[in-house]
Amino acid sequence: MAALLRLDGVNAGYGSFAALFDVSLDVEHGEAVGVVGPNGAGKTTLMRVISGLLPPRSGHIVLEGESLAGAPAYRVVAAGIAHVPENRRLFPRLTVEENLRMGAYLSAARRVFIERLAWVYELFPRLKERRNQLAGTLSGGEQQMVAIGRALMSKPKLLLMDEPSAGLAPLVVEQVFELVKRIRAEGFTVLIVEQNVRQVLAVVDRAYLLETGRIKLAGTSAALQKNPVIQQSYLGL
Amino acid sequence: MSGARGLRLGLYLPLAAVVIAPFFLSDYFLHLAVQIAIWSLVYTAWALMGRFRLTSLGHGAFLGVGAYVPTLLWNNYDVTPWLGIPIAMALSVALALIVGYPSSRQKVVGHYFALITLALGQVVLLVIVAARDVTGGSLGMTPHAVGRSWYALQLPNKAEFYAVALVAWLIGLAAWHCVERGMIRLALEAVAEDEDAAEAAGVNVLREKLKVTALSTGLTALGGALYAQYLMYLSPDAMSGVGISLEIVFAAIAGGMYDMLGPTVGAAFTILLTEGLRVLFGTNFVGAANTIYGALLVMFIIFMPRGIVGTAARLWTRPRVPPAPAAPQPAE
Amino acid sequence: MDIYLLEAIINGLLLGGVLALLSLGLNLIFGVIDVVWICYAEVVMAAMYAVFWLYAEWHWPLLLACVCAIGFATVLGLLVHVIVIEPILGSAPINQLLATGGLLFFLQSLATLLFGTDFRNLGIRLPVLEFGGIFISFSRLIAFGVALIGAVGLYLFLARTYLGTAIRAIAQDREVMGLMGANERGIYILTSAIGGGLAGLAACLLVLQYDVHPFIGLTFGPITFMVCVLGGLGNMIGGFIAAFVISQIIAVGGYYFPIEAAEVLAFVFFIVMILIRPQGFLGK
Repeated sequence: MAALLRLDGVNAGYGSFAALFDVSLDVEHGEAVGVVGPNGAGKTTLMRVISGLLPPRSGHIVLEGESLAGAPAYRVVAAGIAHVPENRRLFPRLTVEENLRMGAYLSAARRVFIERLAWVYELFPRLKERRNQLAGTLSGGEQQMVAIGRALMSKPKLLLMDEPSAGLAPLVVEQVFELVKRIRAEGFTVLIVEQNVRQVLAVVDRAYLLETGRIKLAGTSAALQKNPVIQQSYLGL
Repeated sequence: MSGARGLRLGLYLPLAAVVIAPFFLSDYFLHLAVQIAIWSLVYTAWALMGRFRLTSLGHGAFLGVGAYVPTLLWNNYDVTPWLGIPIAMALSVALALIVGYPSSRQKVVGHYFALITLALGQVVLLVIVAARDVTGGSLGMTPHAVGRSWYALQLPNKAEFYAVALVAWLIGLAAWHCVERGMIRLALEAVAEDEDAAEAAGVNVLREKLKVTALSTGLTALGGALYAQYLMYLSPDAMSGVGISLEIVFAAIAGGMYDMLGPTVGAAFTILLTEGLRVLFGTNFVGAANTIYGALLVMFIIFMPRGIVGTAARLWTRPRVPPAPAAPQPAE
Repeated sequence: MDIYLLEAIINGLLLGGVLALLSLGLNLIFGVIDVVWICYAEVVMAAMYAVFWLYAEWHWPLLLACVCAIGFATVLGLLVHVIVIEPILGSAPINQLLATGGLLFFLQSLATLLFGTDFRNLGIRLPVLEFGGIFISFSRLIAFGVALIGAVGLYLFLARTYLGTAIRAIAQDREVMGLMGANERGIYILTSAIGGGLAGLAACLLVLQYDVHPFIGLTFGPITFMVCVLGGLGNMIGGFIAAFVISQIIAVGGYYFPIEAAEVLAFVFFIVMILIRPQGFLGK
């Protein structure tokens, strides 16, 4: 079966600065895939390239046979990729429900908005309690719920998550990874980028190691957990 | 490099010829030349600030101070413009610093800077109109005429006035040259890129900004004074306010605010264009000339933001210096 | 209290309504697209001519002329964005401001070309109302009422509708709105059209009170920018409040001093305020 998402030889950067070199990876239907690596490895750039915020310099990005390299963000969303950006990036002066409403911007999603909203509230009952609160006033964990809920409103084929644990307290990080498990259980395909290697390897099936803009390692979570490089540099063993 | 020197001579010799030619031509061409020289000074002065992203939309204020102060001193107190003009320049600089000092301290930039300066221009315009007892209000005023007199800087002989205007223009270019040569340019370029980074690198942002502001506004006042002395008529709309302030900005941009001769070319371009359109359309279609002028301005900003000189320089250098291949460098 | 002072205060309040409406349009555009239309008052001028032309020359009913003028201004706003702003969205914001400045010249000169420099008016004389010795012009009262209705309408649109929410959202985070699947171009065009429409509405109210001529934009354009900056660019509530502060300074100042002096007072107040609080009244 063909991969859901395939990146082939992607190069990207900003101005004279190159951030990604010949990156290739794929994500199968129903999988959870991680991309781990240190700060500044190009992980966020990778997310931005996939979601159309940054056009790649070269290479292919294909979602179910549809080429997305260089397509603007709104077309990528319409094709079925939703992006939970780094630091959540909620609309702080909109209410929780308005934020979710914006997640259903696509006309296909807008038509079934009521059902989608009910479904997201079922997934995150906490958000229903806070529906009329301004998003900027929520706690970090709750904001992450809104960010994920907002992305799910378009019922994407692939959910991109950029550093979901960034800037959150350790206890909240635990909760966020619980959320990721629940989303998986709902049958979503997830591509997650994290610095928090230990925890992400616990929730994904496979992972790639990205260092200085290049894919250095790839393998199943179990294999990577045993890999000496990963153990030494990222797991502190 | 001899090639570069040859190129420079090739540029400057014809330029010098063009600058001197009006002395041998009719009064009509001298009239155009005087205007071009004076406005070149003003536009160059504006660009001194503009090129460092201090986009002032209120230079009409300084033009107005420069025009009105010497005339008021002359008409009411018999003060010669030779003294009145320096006083006007000092007042203009003082006005600029009163606003510029706190706004630089507060790091007022971009839109806010543009709109504050616009308000300043409006203040001077309204003050001129409000003080109609001495300024004649919107009807304008004339300097008390005494015939040809160097003491009064009243030179009906256009060739003589052109010589004066040329000196002023050269002063403007000299100021540009000083900024270009001195540390001030490097400092200000750093400021234009990133104010905080420049500050961290030890640039005294405040002082550099104020220096260039003082230079720019003082020279603008000089331009305003000469224009008033030349026309022997002052009116608030022609000397101050939003309209003239925007015209200054546009001409400087059209010519190219990043090059020494850019604003001069801008002055020649806009004045000859306006004149050409006026001749073309006559007085039958009031506004036709300016309509085309306005449309051209919009197109300049969209398609040629570096102006005539900047764009020409780029086209000129492109075939000689091929751009380095943009090889992606690993960022280790 | 002195009855003439009270009259000045009331007139200031009424003037503030139209000023508030103008600042709403400009702030909306700035908040969403991050550009300042220096030619905003010239869009108003164009719409004033539209009302004048339809009503006084073609003898359409006034209300129909106003509706058409608002439609005209809406289209004009849309065109300003598509023709002038869109090609240079990626360049420095100040370039966009300057491009609309070129448009200011263009619109002024085009108006001169089409209509000459004469002062034109609708030739409508609305009554002046008297309340216990205070005289208030009916046209100002209408202007104030309609401006408030316009402001409330805009508020409801932004607060209650899907597109209104999207407009507020894109003003808060442009990039993420793309990740929601929104093509920002559509929202920008819509915003510019609304901004133009508000200018059109203001024009209908102004043309009842003032003669129209090609340079009328220069008389209230700078005041509108002042109001917007004072309230914090893009901050609609701040601009709304600032409109009334400024109009009171002008109206009450005009009671004690000549009108130009009152305006000078307002501009000086503005400059001083900005140098103390560059982020505006309601800035952080």
